[in-house]
Formats: sequence, structure tokens, C-alpha cells
Amino acid sequence: MIYLKLFWAFFQIGAFSFGGGYAAMPLIKQQIITTHHWLTINDFTDLITISQMTPGPIAINSATFVGNQIAGLPGAFFATLGCVLPSCLFVTFLSWAYNRYKNLSILQDILESLRPAVVSMIAVAGIDILLPAVFPSGSFSFLPGQVKLRPVLYFAAAVFLLRKKKKDPILVMVLCGVAEVAAQLLMPGI
Amino acid sequence: MNKKILSNIFLSTLYLSSFTFGGGYVIVTLLKKKFVDELHWIDQQEMLDLVAIAQSSPGAIAVNGAIVVGYKLARLPGVICAVLGAVIPPFVILTAISFFYTAFKENFIIQAMLNGMTAGVGAVILSVVYDMGGDVVKEKDPLLIILMAASFIAAYFYHVNVIFIIFAAALAGICKTIIRKLRNEA
Repeated sequence: MIYLKLFWAFFQIGAFSFGGGYAAMPLIKQQIITTHHWLTINDFTDLITISQMTPGPIAINSATFVGNQIAGLPGAFFATLGCVLPSCLFVTFLSWAYNRYKNLSILQDILESLRPAVVSMIAVAGIDILLPAVFPSGSFSFLPGQVKLRPVLYFAAAVFLLRKKKKDPILVMVLCGVAEVAAQLLMPGI
Repeated sequence: MNKKILSNIFLSTLYLSSFTFGGGYVIVTLLKKKFVDELHWIDQQEMLDLVAIAQSSPGAIAVNGAIVVGYKLARLPGVICAVLGAVIPPFVILTAISFFYTAFKENFIIQAMLNGMTAGVGAVILSVVYDMGGDVVKEKDPLLIILMAASFIAAYFYHVNVIFIIFAAALAGICKTIIRKLRNEA
């Protein structure tokens, strides 16, 4: 039953992504690529790119997108429902507990030790997106013909604009896209 | 009166969720502006605790932020209105994109655009990692740094299931809390 599968996959994503934003990305990748093969790594990368360009959390965007791709509108509904249900249960319970006890310290201790793990997992997901873009073989190799030059340039330019010029991430990504369109139109075949 | 609160919750979260780029933290700030500074329905100190709940819970911060505000103002009906408001915009937008995606993907220009943006997305993600990792290192707590290194090795080289890593890190946090309590008592 595909609806149940979608619901359960995104329920796990919703229940275990602590830290917001990119924290959901490693879980999404594991569920929809490794476990269920619902998207290719290329589609997944496009999905993350699209998520950056639109409002809304990555997890909700992914649930709606994957649900639609796999099983149409009902699929999107069940995937998205699965994604928000853990939040609803957990946060409502905590709000209730907070109203009664006004104390959050144990939770914050646990969260503090989750943060380093989450950072590392986001790093791994980022590397997994970047490597195939730069190396056609998908792993480090600096032999001639094994490195795509233009993505390396875009990456370096993007890092410069983000870190040194403090430019908006959406603008930086769009510039990378526009540069590639221009490159392919002006120098076809390279 | 109750209806007015509910429609206000729904419309605020709907509006913020439609037009806020830049992730959950931005939405939480805007929720505070609306319900603390403009409407005075929640006081400043309590809002800080509500934000802490939203950030410590699993799931998207934007949705969690909407839920804490909805619960505070109108209990369960408030939660339902807040979640609907927060989820409808991305649901509609991504359904539309998904509908056109297959056709879009074949388009030469769009394909080149998405390909070029991949390098940019990688840079954005690694830039976020650099900031977050820097914050962890700044705490000068060896346990946190060991956790960060161990998680990276487990995820990258051994492809350990993400959920196991989260459980292990949470367990380390619980142990740390217990040890600190025992020390304080001794």
C-alpha cells in the first residue's frame, strides 16, 4: 500500500529531524533514495534546489513533491500528513507539559548533544550533493577529464559571495544557474 | 471572539508561510512580532520559552512555531488552524512544481539552470555547516567535538543509519545530564 509507505517514511522524517531546516535533509535522503528508491540523486538535488527557491520547510516541500511524483495528489496528502503529525503530537504535548511545569532543562541538555551530530549529517548530505556535480565518477579524482571545471568555478564564486560579500543564498544560487545557462548557450559542446 | 482568534491564527500562519524565505527561524521571529509586539496576545518571556519548545522539537521549526502559538492562544483548535495555515502554501506550491517538473526537466535551459545551481546549493549547505560547526567548537566542550567527529565518520564512511546516530547522540546527552546531576549531589 503506497499511501501507507509514503505516510510512514515521512512520519519518520518528521519524528527524527531535530534542529530545523537542513536537519531534515539527511533523513529525507535516506528514506527516499536509500530505502525506497523514490527519487534519483539528480531529482533529489533538484528538489533541494527547488526547496531553497520557494517558501516552506524542506521536509514539507519534499513530502508534497515526492508524494505527488509517486502517487499523485492523495500521495502528496498522506506524505505531508505523515511529515507534520509527529510535530503536532510532540509539540502539543510539550506545550501542555510546559503549561503545567514551566521547565525545559532536560530537553535542552539532550538537544545540546544532538546539535554536533546534526551538523555532521548535514555536512555529509551537502558533500553527497556537491561531489557528483564536480566529479563525474562521483568520488574524488583529480586526473584530467575527471573534474568538471565550471562547477568548481561556480562553487568557488558562490563561497566567495556567501562568506566575503554576505550575499543572499537564493541570489547566489540563481547566479550559478544563470552562469551555466550562459555557458551552455555561448559555448555549446564544452 | 474565539472565531476571531482562530481566523487570526490561520491567516497569520498562512501569510507568513507563503511569503517567508529563509527558513523557520525567520518565521518564528515574525510570529513573535505579530503576536507579541502587535497584538500583545503573548508576553515576551513566555514567547521565548515557546520558541525554545519549537526549536527543541523534531520537525520543521516553522510548523512547530505555528503549533506553539496556536496551542497557547486556542488549545487544540488553535493547533489545527496554525498547522493548516503553515502547510497549505508549500503544499500548493510544490504540487504545482511537481506537476510541471517532468516537462520542465526536459527543457534545455531549465536543465542547465538546475545543473549550475547544484554547485551553488552545495556552497550554501557547506557554508551553513561551517557556521553551525563553528558554534559547536566555540562551546569548548570536548564531548561535543568528539560527537561531531564520530557522527561524521559514522555517516560518511560507514553509512550508518541517520536515526541510529540521532539516538546515540541523544543517549550521550542523557548520560551527561545524569552524570552532572550525580556530581552536583555528591
